[in-house]
Amino acid sequence: MPVDAPSVPNGAPRTRPDRKSAHPRRRRVVRQVIRYTLLTVGAIIVLFPIYMTVVNSLLAPNLLDRQPPLLFPVHPQWHTYATAWSQGHLGLYLRNSIIQTLIIVAGQVVTAVLAAYAFAFLRFPFRRTLFVVFLSTLMIPFEVTMITNLNTVNSLGWYNTFQGLTVPFLATGFGTFLLRQAFLQIPRDLEEAAALDGYGHWRFLLRVALPLARPTVAALAIFSFLGSWNQYLWPLLVTGDNNNIRTVQIGLKALQGNQLQDLNVTLAGAIIAVVPLFVLLVVFQKQLVRSLTAGAVK
Amino acid sequence: MGEIVFSGVTKRYGNTVAVDHVTLTVFDGELLVLLGPSGCGKTTLLRLVAGLEDLDEGEISIGGKIVNDVEPKDRDIAMVFQSYALYPHLTVAKNIEFPLRQRGIPHDERQRRVQDVMSRVGIAELAGRKPGQLSGGQRQRVALARAIVRDPQAFLMDEPLSNLDAALRVQTRADIVSLQQRLETTTLYVTHDQVEAMTMGHRIAVVNHGEIQQVSPPQDAYDRPANTFVAGFLGSPGMNLLPAALGEQGPDAGVPSLVVSGGTIPLTPELGAVARTAARFKAGVRPESLSVDPDGSLEASVVIVEALGAEALVICELPDHTQVVVRQDADRHRPGIGETLRIRVDPVGVHLFDAETGLRIEDR
Repeated sequence: MPVDAPSVPNGAPRTRPDRKSAHPRRRRVVRQVIRYTLLTVGAIIVLFPIYMTVVNSLLAPNLLDRQPPLLFPVHPQWHTYATAWSQGHLGLYLRNSIIQTLIIVAGQVVTAVLAAYAFAFLRFPFRRTLFVVFLSTLMIPFEVTMITNLNTVNSLGWYNTFQGLTVPFLATGFGTFLLRQAFLQIPRDLEEAAALDGYGHWRFLLRVALPLARPTVAALAIFSFLGSWNQYLWPLLVTGDNNNIRTVQIGLKALQGNQLQDLNVTLAGAIIAVVPLFVLLVVFQKQLVRSLTAGAVK
Repeated sequence: MGEIVFSGVTKRYGNTVAVDHVTLTVFDGELLVLLGPSGCGKTTLLRLVAGLEDLDEGEISIGGKIVNDVEPKDRDIAMVFQSYALYPHLTVAKNIEFPLRQRGIPHDERQRRVQDVMSRVGIAELAGRKPGQLSGGQRQRVALARAIVRDPQAFLMDEPLSNLDAALRVQTRADIVSLQQRLETTTLYVTHDQVEAMTMGHRIAVVNHGEIQQVSPPQDAYDRPANTFVAGFLGSPGMNLLPAALGEQGPDAGVPSLVVSGGTIPLTPELGAVARTAARFKAGVRPESLSVDPDGSLEASVVIVEALGAEALVICELPDHTQVVVRQDADRHRPGIGETLRIRVDPVGVHLFDAETGLRIEDR
């Protein structure tokens, strides 16, 4: 028998698991209750401002500054939504935002897929160095490059155009990194098997690599959608008073105006602007959660 | 016409020579097994044929056509990977159809061939499943089916059985052999498992350090190993190799013999005659040519006894610490560990190798 054998007498450790297993069910229930309580509190903290926005958007202007604030809409003013839609030209702004966002999402997904494929599967000189350079763009804040980008866009005559709104965002270091990691998970054997089966790089990408990386591509698309939909500063800089090109976030600001009595209309506009994101969240909830937890599971 | 010919093929990775001037012919319709320890270069040879690696020197031809500069897809070969390399997002039927889609074969013809191959390999009922829902054996069959469906000039198989459990491996081994016999397609099969090599190959090519050590039918390689590496590598356990010197042999000496640590090894008169040409050897004796016998000519002490059911391996040590394995039937008395015993050597089972080069010294 080894010297460092357990020195605890045989009887001692036996009693503890017994006591533990006496009320396993109650313990589980307690743990569940605590967990759900915390989640509920968290949800209330996050959702309360949104709820109050909805409530206030439905209140008459004279009830908005009541102290304490009203927690339920008294005599809901549904027409605020119609007013916001027509007065704020939200239809046009939403259309602009959707066009801008779709261009950016499509651009980012396409460029990221191609760049990530090159970094993951092609052999070329300075591959690693180039990838590090790519990554380093993640460390430069948008504000640093903003002025240069603005000058470039202006000199190209892209002020007040969709090109100006979207072209600076068509490539993404983050997306390239994300997809490269996903592509690296694909076994090399598959690439070689495909090569023997007569599939070149393009076909391998479309038939094998992309289908296998689909969850990651979906995640990238969602993040890119959120990012471009919520853009404020850049659209403000590159669009002037030309209403035809402004996005919904800028439109909201214009809607706010200066009068307090229109605050309910502004809030209604904000809710309208959030609806597309809400729909996206509901439809792609699964992918979103999977993409956020992907790193944790593996 | 699916003959594969290597001539002077060399492949280097930096300073490491993975494949060293290999010249080898795999005949049309033959199943040739490349056998060797891991890292010996056998898989590299296979990948060179597939075109997944570029060779540095020499030529490879498939079906009479030099393929050095031919793309993998144009070499008309199919490969079965160790990992099977099935496409996880495609069903079994789609996986098998995959190689056909790039070849301009009409849809109906593709379906017919896929159905045909699936029933031939016995996986017709799995058509709609994805690889993740299959067992290892089933995946293996899908990989085989995907190779067969193209009707290529040659199959390349890279340790296709190594991920299967023992029972399934025996079954699949037999299946591959019978399939290969029916199709008569040239097959280059890589394995480190000598049982696979012995049972499957028409011929085996033993590879070590990127060089071919011996090419011959499996039983020949076992019975007449070309050098000490082959002798030690083939057989489980391999051949016992003992440093030996030619014994004193006066004109009246009866049986010629070798002197080794712990005693002598008798030789047949034929081997005794060739042994006179040199002074130092490696003497090779397979465990089954040794037996524990009080009148034996070797003295050794027992280190371990391994009981294998039908037989037992008695592992002994000679005075110079060389280990010797004796195979004996299970019903015989098993010596105890540490016991000193005598071992009888069957002269017919003795092989001689050059002490310097390790090459076989032929008795004929």
